[in-house]
Amino acid sequence: MFGKLTLSAIPFNIPIVMGAVAFMVLGAIAVLGIITYLGKWKYLWTEWLTSVDHKKIGIMYLILATVMLLRGFADAIMMRSQQALSYGSNMGYLPPEHFDQVFSAHGTIMIFFMAMPFIIGLMNCILPLQIGARDVAFPMLNNLSFWLTAGGAVLINVSLAIGNFSRTGWLAYPPLSELHYSPGVGVDYYIWALQISGIGTTLTGVNFIATILKMRAPGMTLMRMPVFTWASLCANILIVATFPILTVTLGLLALDRYLGMHFFTNSLGGDPMMYLNLIWIWGHPEVYILMLPIFGVYSEIVPTFSGKPLFGYTSMVWATMGIALLSMLVWLHHFFTMGSGGNVNAFFGITTMIISVPTGVKIFNWIFTMYRGRVRFETPMLWTVGFLITFTIGGMTGVLLAEPPADFVLHNSLFLVAHFHNVIIGGVVFGVFAGLTYWFPKIFGFRLNERIGRWAFWCWLIGFYVAFMPLYALGLMGATRRMDHYDVAAWHPLFIVAAIGSGIIFVGIMLQLAQLVVSIMQREQTRDTTGDVWNGRTLEWSVPSPAPAYNFARIPVVRDIDAFWDMKQRGVDLKSATFVPIHMPRNSATGFLIAGFAFVVAFAMVWHIWWLAIAGLAGALVTLIRHAFNDDRDYHLGADEVRRIEALHGRVQARSM
Amino acid sequence: MKPKFWTRFCRFLPLPATLLLAGCHMALLDPKGPIGEAEKSIIVTATGLMLLVVIPVFVLVFVVAWRYRASNTKAAYEPEWSHSNKIEAVMWSVPIVIVSILGVIAWRTSHQLDPYRPIPSQFKPIHIDAVAMDWKWLFIYPDQHVASVNEVAMPVGVPVVFHITSATVMNSFFIPRLGSQIYAMANMQTADNLVASAPGTYRGISANFSGDGFSGMTFKAVAMSKADFKQWLANAAASKQTMDAAAYRALEKPSENLPVAYYSNAMPGLFQQIVQGKFAPGRMVASSDMRDSARSE
Amino acid sequence: MSNGPIVVQGSSLALKPGYADHAADALRDLRQSGDAVDFEVEHHHDVASTIQLGFWIYLMSDCLLFSGLFATYAVLSGHTAGGPSGSQLFDLPSVLVETMFLLFSSFTCGLATLSMNANKARATVGWFAVTFLLGLGFLIMEVREFAHMVSIGAGPSRSAFLSSFFTLVATHGLHVTCGLIFMAVMMVAVLRKGLTDTNRARLNCLSLFWHFLDIIWVGVFSLVYLFGVVH
Repeated sequence: MFGKLTLSAIPFNIPIVMGAVAFMVLGAIAVLGIITYLGKWKYLWTEWLTSVDHKKIGIMYLILATVMLLRGFADAIMMRSQQALSYGSNMGYLPPEHFDQVFSAHGTIMIFFMAMPFIIGLMNCILPLQIGARDVAFPMLNNLSFWLTAGGAVLINVSLAIGNFSRTGWLAYPPLSELHYSPGVGVDYYIWALQISGIGTTLTGVNFIATILKMRAPGMTLMRMPVFTWASLCANILIVATFPILTVTLGLLALDRYLGMHFFTNSLGGDPMMYLNLIWIWGHPEVYILMLPIFGVYSEIVPTFSGKPLFGYTSMVWATMGIALLSMLVWLHHFFTMGSGGNVNAFFGITTMIISVPTGVKIFNWIFTMYRGRVRFETPMLWTVGFLITFTIGGMTGVLLAEPPADFVLHNSLFLVAHFHNVIIGGVVFGVFAGLTYWFPKIFGFRLNERIGRWAFWCWLIGFYVAFMPLYALGLMGATRRMDHYDVAAWHPLFIVAAIGSGIIFVGIMLQLAQLVVSIMQREQTRDTTGDVWNGRTLEWSVPSPAPAYNFARIPVVRDIDAFWDMKQRGVDLKSATFVPIHMPRNSATGFLIAGFAFVVAFAMVWHIWWLAIAGLAGALVTLIRHAFNDDRDYHLGADEVRRIEALHGRVQARSM
Repeated sequence: MKPKFWTRFCRFLPLPATLLLAGCHMALLDPKGPIGEAEKSIIVTATGLMLLVVIPVFVLVFVVAWRYRASNTKAAYEPEWSHSNKIEAVMWSVPIVIVSILGVIAWRTSHQLDPYRPIPSQFKPIHIDAVAMDWKWLFIYPDQHVASVNEVAMPVGVPVVFHITSATVMNSFFIPRLGSQIYAMANMQTADNLVASAPGTYRGISANFSGDGFSGMTFKAVAMSKADFKQWLANAAASKQTMDAAAYRALEKPSENLPVAYYSNAMPGLFQQIVQGKFAPGRMVASSDMRDSARSE
Repeated sequence: MSNGPIVVQGSSLALKPGYADHAADALRDLRQSGDAVDFEVEHHHDVASTIQLGFWIYLMSDCLLFSGLFATYAVLSGHTAGGPSGSQLFDLPSVLVETMFLLFSSFTCGLATLSMNANKARATVGWFAVTFLLGLGFLIMEVREFAHMVSIGAGPSRSAFLSSFFTLVATHGLHVTCGLIFMAVMMVAVLRKGLTDTNRARLNCLSLFWHFLDIIWVGVFSLVYLFGVVH
């Protein structure tokens, strides 16, 4: 009846896990209790969960990412403390089968459920505003994408309480991840969590490409798009081009595990190395799916805070496209050590190095944007300068790793771990925080506390260096990654330093949470009444903060790259006298329901509960068909209502009809 | 918190880190063989070349950020300036030049240091077969008909050709102080050409995660004089344990942190049979997996 | 530049009655006030063409999904592990008939689109019904082929080659199944609501999807079956 699922799947005998589960359950009960107490269920359902408004979906992505950041970071702290302890006769507090789950979950969560939702969340919140659109091309699909991602995230957290998670690293290399070597449900959780969230991401890609290509304001030619939009376009093209490969790869692994096929097995002709190729054909572009939009974020922040246009806009656009293209030609550098021979290794080594050219150009672009500017060092700019330095170091070690012979000794070492944290924390995470601080007033209508933000920045920056510089050294000392225990005395102090570094980052994260709470409490003082807190340059700053549901009462006509700056220069009046009804999409439960059924299917597949999987599939199909027959999908917001909302923001001209 | 505290705090922090780094033993920067030497020199050269751009970038970031801070109203301010062909030419060409040099290095060294490439030497190379198992390394000396677990001996100055495979999941064969690692993969055979230039016992590891016993999957790589090596071989040949199919099957069972062991009479063709998959997939059900399946039944 | 395009209509889903007049008035006011230079009342986005573009992008991603499966098949097609190879298993005449079913269904799908463009709802449904039957015929033949192979011990778990063969062909078959469900739903929709704008946009997507599956099948037929028999 319940497949492989029995009560014994709940690890009652492991106190750490049960503690975490209890914490999660209590947290969930508290949240649900508060909602019930406040009587907000209906509000939550109609205004948020079923919302098709890109801004609300964006906020839900950001919340999801924040929660998963905490979860992933808890894993990081566990790893760092385990490695700080488990030298010599001390085995630490995590047995291998637990430690292996922790690092697998850490990588999976941080990439798929922290970095991706943060980036897609920022895109959702900002991108339509930047191009002068009233929503994305397919609002309902957008809601579905979010819930599929959320479903994957929930599934990973369920694995903590029911059964266990994968112990095969964040990319689950076979044959280790094959049934023969990993007979439990861990890898299945991994597969299905990524499958449903991956489909959600693919749909996001389709949605945003269509949005950018079709929904731009009049006059916004491609070469007038803000760089964040450009970078997001390239990232979304990469999503559409590579996420199907991830779907195929995980699908084949699932077929091996469920139907006894032989794609990646050690027996009957299977080829595990094909998995490495396939997964990295997705995996390397994935790095740039994260990185490119963040380059875009910096490209918005630097000009705004320097009071100047971006230096070399055209260079920047070409560099972005170049990176996107090249990112698909470098995957083999993740396994030079497979022994493919000099020609193959050299080819992929050189293509990898070539990527550093457009990337380097971008760094210079940002520096020369500051040149002869008036640079205001508010928190977003601090993160940016922290990024410029940190990312450059990460880029340098990356190029070093691209030299195949250097990689022969550094591959899989802690040097590599330090490198990719160097670019992902120093690049993506700093960029996310820069972008969140920058756009927070636009998204929520008030600013984040500046002072606590600075403290958090310094903790993150210092914590990063203290945590990861020792890992570079450890890599050079021959320490490899994913060890739950070691017996080399010289490594021990460095692991302790790294653990201290993660503690400093922890303080940074706590400060950020405090910053959020304080900012909410002080929101009346820091409210953004103008819609343009930073003296911005792009169209998102031309609308009130937070933007009304329809974004633009009138669609701006774009004449320049920095469209809003241009409008301000020409003294365009943002107040309007006349209003027309605005065509709006209706909220829909379809996305939530389909994703809910997808979650049910995934869970049922993990535990081999076939009837439930079939029922879930049928449920999703019926929901979809019902949606197809629903014609009541849109409405018109009356002109008077638009006028009323605009008046709240002081955007109505006195001389009215 | 006062800003003064923070300045002091920041100044203090990197200090212990630097001290520690200085005192550490960098295996990769102190190699004991020509392959490792060459790889070290690539690391050093490439880093140096990149610092040619990276250091100016750092300086530029700090100088520009400081000089054009908003409070410095004396600095020039050109709110419309956003393009300069000269600067663009420089900022494209400098990375291109550096990357071209690095690219040439990559092309040449990828071939020179290809792990498959035999090392030129006056001595005839020694052949050693290495098999990654759960979770230990089996070394077979096909010409000397001996075998060992978790210890591999080699004479100083004589090139060694390792033929590598896996009896289980993918691992990576790596002796950091000698150089190049390479994957150990089931049903496949890779090769690694290494040579030790000084006697000593070096740490050998699996550099690719392979399951619960991974951390303990280390071995000793012992480089010794030719006389000592002869003695070592004789010692192994005198071992009461022999490496035949039965012994191999017994060894195949998952085990962790095995002590060093020597085997005489290594079965001829054993390595080829392992590569061809004559022995059915190795691991039965690993210890902790047992818990899983017990739980899920 | 000074006379930017001014469009009132929001979408092809059409403003509800009454609003159009209101919008036109507002537009006249705007023109007079000179605001039109900097703003438009509402920018026209052609919903049908956006859907079409979105669907094309989806098809491209689906195409990449198949390319992954084709690449896998190409790598593993020789890995028969002592089991039967393609030339021993494939029954080319039967596959040819199967192919004809699908090719002909593409043709009738085209006829359905022509009927739609000629505003003939019944003929549209009729041609889609023929297409549906042909697609169903294709599927039945495919399932029979699979059943036969499994019955002689050449199932997907026999060798890496067979795993990749079954997966590639069955993924196409799964797509055809989805296409059939899509088609059935659309036939009901057209019968109930006629050739509305929404239905037209969807039928266009459906026909794109169906032709796309045809193209993929041509790839399967030539790379898997023809090559398999030759080798």
